[in-house]
Parts: sequence; C-alpha cells; structure tokens
Amino acid sequence: MAFEPSTGAANARISMLAGRAIESAASVFRFAIVVAGTFLGLLAITFFIGRVVPIDPVLSVVGDRATQEVYEAARQAMGLDRPLIVQFFAYVGDVLTGDLGMSISTGRPVVDDLARVFPATLEMATIGIIIGVVLGVPMGVVAATHQGSWIDQVIRVLGLLGYSVPAFWLGLVGLAVFYAGLGWVAGPGRVDIFYDGLLDPVTGLYLVDSVIAGEWDIFWNALDHLMLPASILGFFSLAYIARMTRSFMLDQLGQEYVTTARVKGVSERRVIWRHAFYPIRIQLITVIGLSYAALLEGSVMIETVFSWPGIGNYLTTALLTADMNAVLGATLVIGAVFIMINKISDVLYRILDPRARR
Amino acid sequence: MIDWLLDDSPASRLQANLGRAWRVWTALLRNPLAVVGALIVLVLVVMAIFAPLIAPYSPVGQDLANRLMPPSAEHWMGTDELGRDIYSRVVYGARITLLIVTMVAVIAAPIGLVVGAVSGYFGGWVDRVLMGVTDIFLSMPKLILALAFVAALGPGIENAIIAIAITAWPVYARIARAETITFRDSEFISAVRLQGASATRVILRHVLPLCASSTIVRVTLDMAGIILTAAGLGFLGLGAQPPLPEWGAMISRGRNFILDQWWVATMPGFAIILVSLGFCFLGDGLRDVLDPKQGEKQ
Repeated sequence: MAFEPSTGAANARISMLAGRAIESAASVFRFAIVVAGTFLGLLAITFFIGRVVPIDPVLSVVGDRATQEVYEAARQAMGLDRPLIVQFFAYVGDVLTGDLGMSISTGRPVVDDLARVFPATLEMATIGIIIGVVLGVPMGVVAATHQGSWIDQVIRVLGLLGYSVPAFWLGLVGLAVFYAGLGWVAGPGRVDIFYDGLLDPVTGLYLVDSVIAGEWDIFWNALDHLMLPASILGFFSLAYIARMTRSFMLDQLGQEYVTTARVKGVSERRVIWRHAFYPIRIQLITVIGLSYAALLEGSVMIETVFSWPGIGNYLTTALLTADMNAVLGATLVIGAVFIMINKISDVLYRILDPRARR
Repeated sequence: MIDWLLDDSPASRLQANLGRAWRVWTALLRNPLAVVGALIVLVLVVMAIFAPLIAPYSPVGQDLANRLMPPSAEHWMGTDELGRDIYSRVVYGARITLLIVTMVAVIAAPIGLVVGAVSGYFGGWVDRVLMGVTDIFLSMPKLILALAFVAALGPGIENAIIAIAITAWPVYARIARAETITFRDSEFISAVRLQGASATRVILRHVLPLCASSTIVRVTLDMAGIILTAAGLGFLGLGAQPPLPEWGAMISRGRNFILDQWWVATMPGFAIILVSLGFCFLGDGLRDVLDPKQGEKQ
C-alpha cells in the first residue's frame, strides 16, 4: 500500500516520456509531410509553367521550324496526348529518377549541365555569405550597443541601400571602378583565360580544386576573380544580417536580466557577448540561412554581369534561347535548394531553441 | 474645417473617414523621412504624367552625330549609343515604372486579400488548402519564379507584370488571414451575421476594409522589390522591349560602354535607387502611423 503513490508517479512518468516520444515522432512525421508537400508544390509549379502556360509546349521544345513529323513525334514523346494529371505524375517520376530532359542549346541532359555549373554558383554564394556574416554580425552588435552612433547610421543607410540598389547595376559599377578604374581585382569569368580548363574538376569549386592540385597560381587567380562578385553579394547579405542582428540585440539589451547582470557588476564586454549575444545566436542561424538562400537567387543577376559560368548564367542563357527544359531544370534546382536551406534552418532553430521544440 | 475633421463624435461616415485620413496625413508630415519619400513618389508621378512637357528631347529620337556624349549643359545625363538624350529617356521611363508597380499592386493585392480573408474567415479545410498553396508560393525564390513565368509567357511588359504579380500575392494573403482571424469571432461580425448577411457580404463589406491599412503599408514597402524585379527582367531583356525607355533595359544597353561611357548605364540606375528609396521611406512612415505594432517589431 505504501508503494502505491510512487508506482503511480513512476507510471505517470513513464507514460509522460512515452507521450513525449510519440509527440516528437509525430512532429518529425508532420514536418516530413510539410517538406514533401512543398517539393510537390514546386514540381506542380514548374509543371504548370512548362506544360500549361505556353500556348503550344511542343513548339517551345522543337522550335517553329520543325516539320510536321518531328512535331508529331515530339508531341508523342512528351506524352501530351495523355490527360494532364497523368502527365504530371509522369513528370514527377522523371524528376525523381533524375531525368530533366535534354537541353536544346547544349544538346546534353539538363541534369549533367546543372551538375557542371552548380559548383560555380555555390562557391560564389558561400564566399558571399561568409563576408556577410563576418562583417554583418559584429556591425549589428556594435550598432545596437552604440545606438545613434555613426556606425548605427551607416547600418541604417546600408540596410536601405540593400533594399533599393539593383544588384546587376552595382555589379557593373563595381567592374567599372575596381576592375577598369583601379585595377584592384580581376575581370569577368572564374579564372584568367590561360588558366581555363587546367584544373581537374574534383569538387568543381576552383578554390578547393586548385589547393588539391597544389596549383597556387590558379588559387590566387580564382580568388582574384571571385572577390568582386562575392563582395557584391556579400554586401546584400551584410545589409540584412547587420540590421537583424541590431534589432535582436536591442531586444536583449532591454531585458531585465541584462540590467541585473550590469547591476551585479559584470563587465560590459561579458554583458554584451555572454548575456545578450548568446541567446540571439539561434535567431541568427535562421537569418543567415534565409540570406544564404537569397544569395543563390541574387547570384542569377550577378552571374550575368560577371559572365560567371554558374547556374544563374545557365538559366538566363536558356531563357533567351527559349530552352524550356533547361529553364525549368534550373528553376527546379534553385527552388529545391532554396526550400532545403529554409527547412534546414527551421530544423536547427527547433533543435537549438527549447521553447520551439513543442 | 480642422475642428470638423477632428471632431470626436463625427456625424457622418464621410466625416469620420476624412477625419482619419487627416490624422494620418498630419502624423506623416511629422516624420521627415516619410515626407522625403512622399516627395520622391510625387515627383515620379508628376514625371510620368507630364513627361512630354518635362523631357527636353524625344525619348526615341536618334541623333547619331551626338552619340555617347558625356553629361553636359544640353544633355545633362549624356546621350546613349544612338544619340538619344538619357535624361529624357529616364523621364519617360517613369511612365513604365509607374505602370508596372501600379498594375502589380492592382492585380496582386486584391487576389491576396480575398484568398487570405476567405481562408481566415472560413477556417477548416478551406484554410488548410488555401494556406498550403500560399506557403508553397512563399517558399519559392521570387525572382526565379518570375523569370520562369516570363520564359513561358514570352518577353514583354504585360507578361512581366503578370509574372511579378504571381510572385507578389502570397504575402498579402498571409496578412489578410492573420488580420481576419483576430476579429473573426468579434461581436460586430456576429451582429452582421445575425442580421442575415451572407459570407460574401461579411467578407467584402466588413472584413476586407479592416485589412486595408496593413495591406497598404505592405504594398508600399514591397514597391522597392517590385521595381528591382521589373528592372532585373528588363536588364535580362525579358521585360519592356526596345525602344521603350525602361530603366533596367537602359542599363543593359549601357553595359557595353560601362568602361568608357559610364553614364549610359549608371544614370538609369540612380533613378531606380532613388525611386526605390522613396517607396521605402514612405512605407516606413506609413507603417509607423497606420500599423504601429509592426513598427515596434522591426
């Protein structure tokens, strides 16, 4: 009899733990459904753009000079005589097995093309986000701790310019000033023309490949070419990251526990970095994830300006030659990466922030 | 007059509305940046309407003897590769920019508002389906989506407007849904419903007007992004087609001369930056007045 209450408590505890396990399994499941649904939605949109929006999708693939036989054959091959919903499932099946069709301008499978150009974009966007984080976060913190100071004003202005300056225009002005005018950086392209094709593509990232090959000349040359476009991308993420860091920090610095820490005589540096900055690092992960995804998108315009052979350049070239398979493939890949980065930062936020776990 | 506007117990609906508009206006005037923004937007509108009177030259008139002239007293933004006066082209370009932002707002905002209000008002599976679609669009990169749509629709200014509008509506749907849910169960809505009003009437006459102010704020803040996307499409040759003086397309033409004749590409860029900044300032000001809660969060 005396044991009853404690057994009951133990049982309650066990059932609580079990409940929690079921709950978290259920939330993982729900999350997986949301992610799958979003990807299916992305596919539905690209399918819609490719097959429903053009008045004649066959014409947009074979071109208007094709003979009647070629036209009919393409129509059959594309399965356009079948109902839309069947076509959609066929399309989903193709994409899942890695078949994005052939590009009419390069004559190769779109998947191969994309695998070849993607590392160039990844390299540029990654250097860009590093610049944005390394400069943006400290700037935001200083702006919050020195409200109204010159650096606070600078960040305000940068934030506004980040919203109102066209990336392609900044790229052109950057080329005119830093390449043609001052000669500080190398011009368009990934490396100088005589280094082109010397590297074995292992990762496709020139900075990594050149180190693997021990070709330091190429490494410095690639870095030289990368600096300007990556800095311009970095500027846009810097503007956003600094502004968000500032506002998160201001939130924290206004909290009572920060005042308590100060009253206790904790040094100002410790108050700022340990008490105020520590809690916002989780929010910052989301912000950094979002701006990384945005950089992949922004690279489309920058790549066009800098003749950077990445996915953005591939997409715009395909747009101008009406190469629909290539357009849709590139859209799909950029969209999927964009969604994935967003969802990963979502998951990280949930794992790191106990309050968001439920 | 001002007493009538600021009367605490307005006698008519008109008086109440005008009084509210007056209060918003005076609050805006107290914010210097908002005034600057409003002035920039006003200049854009005036330029667009009176372009033939303001522009010293024709936007398409070629003068090959005077091609690629640097900025001077006659051509104070210089001339382009066909000898056209860049300042005149920038002035006429205001028409295209204004047309694009207005049309995108006119198409995207109502669609978003209706989707959001219906979703929030009915709840249940209607809400789940509509918000599912909205979230899918929201999770997509906007510029890429617009590019793909233009690729399918074909280049041109109308198609650029449609493509941008397709990527712009989900934000307004989210706003309208959030607003609708906060007052869906309030007493004045129940009262209207008990009087026998249909769901359509409740949504159109009682729900949507209450979402208006936060939507106006959001639309103004989004204008900068819309202008940049439109200019980007123009730059890639997918928006307004030559010889239309669209700012993004002008920058694209100036690309080939950027190293020696810098003014051809840079001048239209300044116009884009100035107008985008103007909408940002105005939007920030409007938000502080119409939607103070949002302002605190920023």
